[in-house]
Amino acid sequence: MAEHLLEVRNLSVQFHTAGGTVKAVSNISWYLDRGETLAILGESGSGKSVSASAIMNLIDMPPGEITNGQILFEGRDLLTMPIGKRRMINGKRIAMIFQDPLGHLNPVYTVGWQLVETMLVHGAGRDEAERRALELLKRVGLPSPEASMKKYPHQFSGGQRQRVMIAMALAMKPDIVIADEPTTALDVTVQAEVLSLLDELQKETGMGLLLITHDLGVVAEVADRVVVMNGGEIVETGTPSEVYHNPQHPYTKKLISAAPGRGAMHEPQGRGEALLRVSGMEKAYGAFKALDGVSFDLQPGETMAVVGESGSGKSTLARCLLRLEEADSGQALWKGRDLLSMSRKELFGLRRQIQMVFQDPTQSLNPRMSVYELISEAWVIHPEILPKARWRERVDELLAQVGLLPEHARRYPHQFSGGQRQRIAIARALALEPQLIICDEAVSALDVSIQAQVIALLDKLRRELKIAFIFIAHDLPVVRDFADHVMVMKSGKVVERGTARQIFESPRQDYTRRLLAAGLDPDPEVQQRRRLEREAIIA
Amino acid sequence: MRKLILGRVLSSFFSLAALVVMVFFLSRLTGDPAALFLPREATQEMLDNFRRLHGLNDPLIVQFGRYVWDLLHLDFGQSLRQARPAIDVVFEGFAWTFQLAAITIALVSIAAIVIGSLAAFRPGGIFDRFASVVSLIGASAPDFWVAIVAIVVFAVNFAWLPTSGTGTVWHWILPVAVLFIRPFGLILQIVRGSMIQSFGSLYVKTARAKGVGNTSIIFVHTLRNAMLPVITVIGDQAAAMLNGAVIIETIFGFPGVGKLMIDSILQRDFNVVLAAIMVTALAIFVMNLLIDIAYAILDPRVRT
Repeated sequence: MAEHLLEVRNLSVQFHTAGGTVKAVSNISWYLDRGETLAILGESGSGKSVSASAIMNLIDMPPGEITNGQILFEGRDLLTMPIGKRRMINGKRIAMIFQDPLGHLNPVYTVGWQLVETMLVHGAGRDEAERRALELLKRVGLPSPEASMKKYPHQFSGGQRQRVMIAMALAMKPDIVIADEPTTALDVTVQAEVLSLLDELQKETGMGLLLITHDLGVVAEVADRVVVMNGGEIVETGTPSEVYHNPQHPYTKKLISAAPGRGAMHEPQGRGEALLRVSGMEKAYGAFKALDGVSFDLQPGETMAVVGESGSGKSTLARCLLRLEEADSGQALWKGRDLLSMSRKELFGLRRQIQMVFQDPTQSLNPRMSVYELISEAWVIHPEILPKARWRERVDELLAQVGLLPEHARRYPHQFSGGQRQRIAIARALALEPQLIICDEAVSALDVSIQAQVIALLDKLRRELKIAFIFIAHDLPVVRDFADHVMVMKSGKVVERGTARQIFESPRQDYTRRLLAAGLDPDPEVQQRRRLEREAIIA
Repeated sequence: MRKLILGRVLSSFFSLAALVVMVFFLSRLTGDPAALFLPREATQEMLDNFRRLHGLNDPLIVQFGRYVWDLLHLDFGQSLRQARPAIDVVFEGFAWTFQLAAITIALVSIAAIVIGSLAAFRPGGIFDRFASVVSLIGASAPDFWVAIVAIVVFAVNFAWLPTSGTGTVWHWILPVAVLFIRPFGLILQIVRGSMIQSFGSLYVKTARAKGVGNTSIIFVHTLRNAMLPVITVIGDQAAAMLNGAVIIETIFGFPGVGKLMIDSILQRDFNVVLAAIMVTALAIFVMNLLIDIAYAILDPRVRT
């Protein structure tokens, strides 16, 4: 049997918690060869990151315990290696890139210092380390590398921070790089850049790349082989193409069918009286123009998606419409009355007609309120909606409407999963019987299969209750499935607006085309074509 | 950075100004200064004389102007009991208190940071258990009781150390040791909590993945981040000590500003009391400014 660069054999890891012992992974085996990219695909809780943590000795023991298995790096078992020796492998032979570069970089040291540290730990001289750090920052494409060396992590954008992380991982020219969701927090265009950077670097150095992801698109773009995990077990392995076109395991089938972006597109109805008519909305923060003359119409029961990269003004638009922030100028006519110039008192009555669902339900639900209290709070503030005697009954109805059970009303937010929490947030918005719900990245934090369920729920509410949606998202496939109209924003301006079909099938603006080309398709063959398109656009 | 410091100096200045106004008018509220200063059997003539001499017949606003003008010249008038400028008396006492506070806080900080860090590194380990016992004692034993017991044991029974006063290095040991206990327990707990949180942070995970060793993880990666809340508490404790460790100074006969203030209040030496309030207030403002600067040095995010 040929020796692999890295081989995980029959690894089992469990965590001892107050609630009992949890098996994180059971008896998993996989390998990685030089120059190869292996993707571990799974949703949250699947155990996809556990083997990486075991490789890097990052599992806290206790509560963690490795109960079984071997991790062979060039034939030597990392798990039985003396601790000092093992530490010298970390960062030097095997390096890791994490998901959230802001949290994973030390906030109080400069980027240059953190890069140099890696090399000093592994025995480089300071001068040499500094020279190489500069080289690396250049290589990963950071603007003005000399100045960047002296900057702190918070002074970079998300994409730039991820480049710093990559530079740090490459500092010692490792044999293996482990990337744990390296692009999840990034914009699509930046994601594409980071992935192709990793790809180039791999070709240059011949390193093995282990990529941990929840995104079929990322797998299609970069992986040579893929391991699908669910519930701590490997359910399937193969090439991305095999797995995508011919999935064997029911879980894989479910995952693939849940991938957004392939359903029928909506055909919007003819246009009638507008529910909301925004014109010339502007908002500046100092010299930075967050909104620069935004205008659009929204029909009752219509879904308009707002897409664009971070900093394009999507969220500012939502905040200004809700008057959480005051726009500098412009109009927003809600059934003929200007939202932006309304007095606080007038606005109060209107609040219930426009509701918002936020990205992170963990943060937007008060942890000390039960679901019943969270939902019925709406009627405490707006008592004209419902007499108190009917609250209990209505909460049950709303929970049923969003796919939860009446007994859930007594529980607290932490007792639910992320998807369920988002359902609670939606039920809370529905309690006020709104005519417009603004969703700010409302499904971005959810697993693919959960995402599909929440989108289906929103779509059902739209059909049954004729609610209009402004759907702010960076994930284009989701938008494609859910939106009637799409508005593309860049630097506070509307670049292009049209029906979903117009935008996705015949975009008129270069920016829209670039955005679309940067999106990843779960189908490896489609993605292959798209990558060529993208490269053509860049060239 | 310069802007930040300037802003803090400016806001401190306003607080100081507010304090000056308050001290002046509150001290007038306590009653007629002439009646307070002069003995009860003083004649009307003596009172009138005193008032004329000290300008107490002028409108209040004129008196206030004069008071501020004198303040700017650090002129707080004479100490009635010692017949020399009040400010000199206060500076003398403050110098003692300052040394006592500086030595104690330095020792407390070093000890608390080192032991707290080690305690946090292995919760439930030997350092952690030591830390919780010491903190409990610090929090629960009243310092006047500890001071008296310490005098009885170390000065009276064993006669190792002097009971009170100043003069030699030995005189410092008991006051510093007793003053040490409470802030040590408090800061130790803050360090421990802050370090535990910092150990759980993502950047520590990155450092481990880079192959950084434990010592460096504790003292380079974690400590600087964990120091931010700790500095606030250290500054707070230092400020409290600068205000005069009244009880400790009184018990150990230590001629600091706290003891001076108590004595002056009892002796109605108001000029000294006012001077002492202003000097300690100024010291506390400087202390707070130092904390802000330390914050900015430690955390680049505060700077920008």
